Order: sequence, then structure tokens, then C-alpha cells
Amino acid sequence: MSENQNIQREEMPYDVVIVGAGPSGLSTAIKLKQLNPDTTVCIIEKAAEVGGHILSGNVFETKALDELLPNWKDLGAPIKTKVTSEEFLFLNKKNGFSVPTWLLPKTLQNHGNYIISLANLCRWLGEIAESLGVEIFPGFAASKIVYDNNQNVIGIQTGDMGVDKEGNPKDTFEPGIILKGKVTVFAEGCRGHLGKELIKKFELDKNSNPQQYGIGFKEIWEIDPSLHSEGKVLHSVGWPLDAKTYGGSFCYHAENNQIFIGYVIGLDYKNPYLSPYDEFQKFKTHPKINTLLKGGKRISYGARALIEGGLQSLPQMHMPGALLVGCDAGTLNMPKIKGSHTAMKSGMIAAETIQSHLYDQKNLSLYEQLFKKSWVYKELYAARNVKPSFRWGLIPALIFTGIDQLLFQGKLPFTLKHKHADHETLKLAKDSNKIKYPKYDGIITFDKPSSVYLTGTNHAENQIVHLQLKDPSLPIKYTLEKYDEPAVSYCPAGVYDIQINNETKQSEFIINSQNCIHCKTCDIKEPSQNINWITPEGGGGPNYANM
Amino acid sequence: MKILVAVKRVIDYNVQIRVKADNSGIETDNVKMSMNPPDENAVEEAIKLKTSGVVSEVVVVSIGLEKSQDTIRSAMAMGADRGILVKTDQMLDPLAVAKTLKAIVEKENPDMVLLGKQAIDYDCNQTGQMLSALLDWPQGCFVSRLGVKDQTITISREIDEGLEELEIQLPAVVTCDLRLNEPRFASLPNIMKAKKKPLDIISIDNLSVDTNSRVKYIKVEEPPVRKGGAMVADAKELIQKLKYEAKVI
Repeated sequence: MSENQNIQREEMPYDVVIVGAGPSGLSTAIKLKQLNPDTTVCIIEKAAEVGGHILSGNVFETKALDELLPNWKDLGAPIKTKVTSEEFLFLNKKNGFSVPTWLLPKTLQNHGNYIISLANLCRWLGEIAESLGVEIFPGFAASKIVYDNNQNVIGIQTGDMGVDKEGNPKDTFEPGIILKGKVTVFAEGCRGHLGKELIKKFELDKNSNPQQYGIGFKEIWEIDPSLHSEGKVLHSVGWPLDAKTYGGSFCYHAENNQIFIGYVIGLDYKNPYLSPYDEFQKFKTHPKINTLLKGGKRISYGARALIEGGLQSLPQMHMPGALLVGCDAGTLNMPKIKGSHTAMKSGMIAAETIQSHLYDQKNLSLYEQLFKKSWVYKELYAARNVKPSFRWGLIPALIFTGIDQLLFQGKLPFTLKHKHADHETLKLAKDSNKIKYPKYDGIITFDKPSSVYLTGTNHAENQIVHLQLKDPSLPIKYTLEKYDEPAVSYCPAGVYDIQINNETKQSEFIINSQNCIHCKTCDIKEPSQNINWITPEGGGGPNYANM
Repeated sequence: MKILVAVKRVIDYNVQIRVKADNSGIETDNVKMSMNPPDENAVEEAIKLKTSGVVSEVVVVSIGLEKSQDTIRSAMAMGADRGILVKTDQMLDPLAVAKTLKAIVEKENPDMVLLGKQAIDYDCNQTGQMLSALLDWPQGCFVSRLGVKDQTITISREIDEGLEELEIQLPAVVTCDLRLNEPRFASLPNIMKAKKKPLDIISIDNLSVDTNSRVKYIKVEEPPVRKGGAMVADAKELIQKLKYEAKVI
């Protein structure tokens, strides 16, 4: 593959360059402009438009937004549906048992929160940011980090457009440019590909536990109005997952007779045959759920990895010339199943840090001090023991969580550790049971192709495959042999497949990269860490509307 | 020489179209919008002609909501010189669009109007032809090659028999096929520059054009769901089924 090293690249200088127009990046930008309107800020976003790659439950806690834009109601924020009731279910195969709300830890109570589409909130935050003078460039991917000779981060390079699959420029070739920032903020979300590089290069995680991830699915359904109760929040644990696999469902009754239904599964699962997608499809057939969906219509589908490691896995978030914010670092509060408010707050703290850095010559390490003093840190501290306790299994973990969260409110005098990275947890195929999933009925459950179709994902043809194998022989030689190629099961978009070549009769590893919905699961779960997700041509990927 | 390019803001071609729950139309809330693809070819062709020195100015016009400014800005980021937005909240029939464009042509006096052959939202494929008739200018439709020499253009268009080559006197209306060219990517610096290019906004009411709709939309429905096929054992069974079940032979 030819590297276009000799290209003269244009440079555009800014005070602050932000990578990613999600909740954390947009909050950073808005706060920066509030602190000093003269600070020049740009945001680069790989989706074709702001919000296009955002996928989240989402039950929204307004705490950070109340601080950032206290008059958000008057400004017309798309935050309308107050949580009116909630239910927490233990499911077994046939039935479900409700847990009384008073027994739920405070973190799981949603009174005062709102059911929102995070994508639409981001679209709105984008408009606010632009009205304050922030320049947002959707449709451009930040493909590389730019360093100076002293290895300080000084900005990013946007991806070249119009490059063919061999790496040669096409007629439409448009070289990427360099966006230079006095400070660069990485707000790519969970498993950002530049964030990953920074964490490795600056050893930001040398004092943290291995990061933990989950994969989350979401579908939007329009359901029978008589079954809909706007503002209702439902969560479940248990069936169809076994007690050893971490995960659960959500079902939120939003506006317009729509429900947001989804499933999250910890990527530390052990059986290589487990298919998170199929667990989710199966979940929808539970009698407590399918009655809700019958007669309804699925209108959206999507999936995205999320970060679950919490405080123990949080890397150092500052480095020379740059900051990590939101889930690019990992600020999600797992027991609360919420990351938007903490991501936003982390961005606002980053903005305060940058303000002091630009105008009072403070070191960027101030970020850590301010972060530790903030309510985000307190929240993450109190939540820290919940996720690791789940390695004991569902019931012991729930009992522990009850004691930890209800009686001690997260103040137990010890911290449980995350012991393994998610790519280390798979058992060998020969030691695992094959799982037989039910057939899709096309009414409640659907196959992957028809689901992927709903994401509107698209990548321009004839471009470099953005799912790169460090060693192209490993999928067949190692992953297929030892683990029966789990990528086929864990990818929520059917990107990976094993096919037998008609001529050679050998197995071949197929990568349908144009199906990719940018969830990053393969980059996380691949046992030998052989798959590297890089940015495709800007504008590629899913086109989520109201996710 | 001056070229006027008409562009339309439509639902992006990657988006899965959804009918509104009350069947009154297509869901557009928070749906990604972008420039109608054949219009991009029209913009690209105009800019190419400008780069080659034949054309001195490329003006882009769009008719629609305030948001259509984004589409005009995209065209200007590709290289168009200035933009005109004719603002209206009304949904216009192709005839009303053609009449509005005629009013703009009379103001701007271009030598050529370039349009996409049709818009991917309603697939009408009428505006260019109607505009040509209203202006009493020659038309070249579904153009996959365009050459300009003095006051004449030569075009290629795909027809059933093959390629038709035509010579047309300017001024003329030309509608562009997707094969005409490959639209360029707008670079970041050009997107920045486009923000500063002039964009006039005119209200459609100030053009005294009859925009009354001749078409009434009654209901929008999704196509019926395709029923699954069935496997037959042999030709005999197939004929039986076609004859007695499907009753088509």
C-alpha cells in the first residue's frame, strides 16, 4: 500500500481541535466558547452529519446539562419525555419477577430523568455550538495524530478522500489536511482508534486495570398505542443469558408510541459460540416482551460497544498537548447504565483545564485535579465495585451490589479489580458448548442483513478496507482453529464470515467491511488482537436518525 | 459564459425511507438530508467547465426551506461562485419549480441551466423539460457527456438504441445523468471558504410565480411486503402451482 508521504498538506490552525461530535466533544466546545468566545474551536466528526453515529439507550440525567446550559428547556432541547414509572425484572424462561423499586439501589432509580434520543440531543448541541462560533466539520475522519519532534500532540490529520483499495489515489483524490491545535481533545467515544494509540504511546493505562467493554444493541419500535405508556422505563437481567454472563435489557417508552428496546452484554463473555446479536433477538421473544412488540413495527436497528471498566480502568486522561474526554477515556457509570452526563461533565472539566492552560499557562495535568474534585469522580468511585463483582455470577453479584450500593452507598473500604482484558476471556472452542439459537420469525426477530439494512450504513466502494489484520493468516491459522472464529458471532453487522474456497477447498476469512456499523467490538474482542479498526473514508458508516 | 445550476435538498440516498405513521407523507424529522445525486453531477460539470476556462461564473440555485442553504453551501464548497435560495415552506410541483427557475433565469441571464435529470425523492423527471418549454430554449436531457464550443454544445445521451449525439444552440437547458462525471469531494479549506461566499435569500412571494399545486397527495403507503417463495420439486409441480394456485397460466 503506497503511503502518500510526499503530499503537501494544508494546515488549519485552531486553539482547540476536538475529535468527535458526541456529548463529550460538544460539551467541551460549548464550555470553551462560554469561558472565552475568542478561543477558536473546531470539531471534526466522521459521521456524515452530527448525531449520525450516535447510539445510546438513553435515559438521560440532566445534571451536566443543567450546569452547561441551565436554560436548556427554553432553548428547545429535545428532552421531553420524563420518566414516569419504572420496573426492574428478573427473567426466567417463562416468567419474570419485579423487584420493588424501594429495593433498587439509588443508582438504578430514574426519577427526574428523561427518555431521550442521544443522537438528537447531539444534533441540538451541535447547533448550539455552531451558534457560539464553533466550527463543526462532519463527514471528515481524524485518521492520524500529528506530533511535533518532542512527541507532543499538535493536532490531527484528516483522512485522504478518493483512495482506492490498494491505496492509490483515484481521480477524485482529495488529500487530508492537518488541523493544528494548541490543545487537541479526543472525544471519539468508546474504543476510539486514536485514543487507543495515545493510551499505548503515552502508557496512560499503566496504573489502571484492563479496560472492560460491553456491546449494546438498540432497536426502535413503533408499537400499538394501547400498549404504550410514555415515560415508562423497564430493565431486566437474567434470561436469555446464563448466570455467568454479564448483561441485561432496557426498554424505554419514548414519544410517538415508540419504544427504545435494547440489550447490553459484557464482552468478557467466555463461550466463543455466544452471539450477542442472537441473545438480543431471543430476548425479544420472552412473553413479557413479545406481547409489547406484537403488531408493532421495527424502524431502527444499531449496535455500539460501550465502556464498562469504570474508575479502576480509567487511564490518565492528559498527555502533552492533548486530553481524553468521555468514553474515549471511559467515564461511563456502569451500575447507573449511564454515560452521557459523565461524558459531558468530563468535557466541561476539560474545557476549564484548557482555558487555564491557554491563558494562565497551567499544565494540562490540572485536568486530573479538577476531575478528582468533581461529582463525576465521586459517582464513579461509589460505582466502582459493582461491575467487577459480576464475575462471581448474577445472584452473588446482585446480593453484593445490594449491600455495597444500598447499605454502604459505594463506600466499602476496598476496591475490586478487573483481572482480564475482554480479549483474554474466551475459552477454547473444544471446551465450549455450541449454542443453537432459534430461527428468526421476521416479525419479532430478524436476521442480520435486514437489521444492517436499517442502519443505512454505507462505505464508498473501492477504498482501503478499514478493518485491518495485523497478520492476515491468523484468522484461519489461529482464531478459526482454536475458537471457531468468534468474529462471525460477535459482529452485530455480519462483517465477518468464513467461506470455503471452491477451488482450493480451504477456509477463507471474509471481511465485508462495507457492512460495518463502527461498533468497535472486533477491535476489542478478537482473541489475538489481530483486528485493527481504522477510520474509513469520511462520511462512511451508519446513518442513524433518532438513536 | 455563465451557468445556473439548480440543486435540490433531498433525503440522503443511504437513508431507509419511512412512511409517517399517519400516512400523510415521508418521515423527515432528524433524517439525514443531502444534495440530490444527479444535481451533484450538474455542479461538478459546471465547475469543470469553469476550471477549463469556458465558463466564468457558476451560480447555484435551490428552492425550499431555510435549511436548503446547506445544500447550496455544499455546491459552493465544491467550487460554485455564489448561491441563491428561493425560500418557501410549500411543497412544490415540478411545474411550480420550473416557473420559479424561469423567474431566476430571467434575473440572472445564464447561457446554460444545468439540472440533475431527476430528484431521487419523487422521481418526477419533469422540471428540466418544463423549464425548457417555459423558456422556449432547446433541451438536452440525461446527458452523459457535455462539450462546449462557442455558442454550441455537443452532448451524448443514452437512448434505447445506444448513444445519441446532439448539437444544441445556447442558451439551453441540460439535465445530467449520473454517468456524466464523478463529483469531487469538498476539501475542508473549501468548506471554510464556501461559508464566506455570497448567498442571496429571496422569498418565493417576491417572484410573482403561480405556485399553486395541480397535484393532490392523498396518501403515502409502503409497498406491500414481499411474500416468501416456495421450493418446488420439479417442473410438473411448478406448472400445477402456476395454473391452479397462482392462476397465471
